[in-house]
Amino acid sequence: MQPDELILRLQQKDEKAFERIYSLYSESIFGVINSVLHDTEASEEVLQDVFVKVWDNSESYTSEKGRFFTWLLNIARNAAIDKTRSKAFKNQKKNLTQEYFVDILEHKSSFTSKVDAIGIKKYIKTLGEECKKVIDLLFFKGYTQKETSEELNMPLGTVKTRNRLCINKLREILVN
Amino acid sequence: MDIQEYIESGILELYVYGALTPKESEEVSAILAQYPEVQQEVEQIETALQNLSSAAAPYNPEVLLAAIKSKLRNADGVIQLQPTVSQKRARVLSYISMAASILFLIGIFALLNRTNTLREELQTVEVEKTQLESKLNYSEEALQETKEILAVIRDPQVTKIPLAGQQVAPEAYVNVFWDKASNKAYIDALGLPEPPEGFVYQVWSLKLDPLTPTSMGLLENFSQDENKVFELDNPNDSQAFGITLEPAGGSETPTMEQLYTLGVVQGNA
Repeated sequence: MQPDELILRLQQKDEKAFERIYSLYSESIFGVINSVLHDTEASEEVLQDVFVKVWDNSESYTSEKGRFFTWLLNIARNAAIDKTRSKAFKNQKKNLTQEYFVDILEHKSSFTSKVDAIGIKKYIKTLGEECKKVIDLLFFKGYTQKETSEELNMPLGTVKTRNRLCINKLREILVN
Repeated sequence: MDIQEYIESGILELYVYGALTPKESEEVSAILAQYPEVQQEVEQIETALQNLSSAAAPYNPEVLLAAIKSKLRNADGVIQLQPTVSQKRARVLSYISMAASILFLIGIFALLNRTNTLREELQTVEVEKTQLESKLNYSEEALQETKEILAVIRDPQVTKIPLAGQQVAPEAYVNVFWDKASNKAYIDALGLPEPPEGFVYQVWSLKLDPLTPTSMGLLENFSQDENKVFELDNPNDSQAFGITLEPAGGSETPTMEQLYTLGVVQGNA
């Protein structure tokens, strides 16, 4: 459930509400940022900036525009992508090949109690290459349907249905 | 609308990703608010995605909360609460009280100004009053003097001796009122011209045979005296009175060339 009451209090600059919101969303947002940057220290910086922005701009969110999580995602992805464009970050990362969230999950051994670690590991193993790429672009990188279609040479209509199947599998594994 | 078909289309995943246009997102939001099964589907997609991305986090960033909160505090004005209704009211009240203070000060200044003006006016009035009082005093004195002169003129015991103008001043005339009982003589010198600078009129009591002048005194401060009536002592047994122009301070004997007026007491002619 989206915590509408908490969001309202956040918008009224309630610090306690801010703490609760942080507790609910910070880990997943941290993961999104880290999937873009693949750098813990840089991700920490960006995460802090993102939540300062959340505090400052919370009143710009309305449920008519979309999910609060989606609003957070947009702020986080934009901040992370801005970071990749910064000179210092480019110099540091220039020799690395294209990476995505799957690399992180495959190499990660310890998960927090919040995460269904076994389920995730199982999911990554069974996930097809196409699904990995679709989810990476649409969810972690914030691509549009059209951009994803062009990037993956996939018909526009197929992107939506293919992605649906990829997420259904994730849901099946996590629920089972 | 076939809700199941709508859910199966995959649009809700794109909605949660933020991959739709703002307009498309608003349409989904509206449908979501309308259909509980869409709402539920979106919640499940969101939970799955949160779980997936949480797994990609380096660690649980709960430990960073303190650092972020300190940034909220440090950032200029960020931690400051939005003015609540009561704070707004307080601000309005403070504006009102500020305005009231300013009005009060203006009022004080206006009053001070007014007080100063009144004080100045009062001073002017007091000066005028003093001037009027002195004028009144002067008038009273002048009246008293006039009354005294009138009393002398009316007194049957007082002898009036008119002195006629002589060669140097044919137009001149003087009346002498001689009170033999008190040995006083009042010289009404209104008919004499102003004496030149450095000269003074001297009044003489005369014995006619032989001609013996005795000085009765000077008509001092002639030009300042308004009535031109001068009181002199005259203990002499005068037969005539004469007035000559003498150098300031008077002379021992009259300068006959400067005899202005001369008159004989009746009964001695």
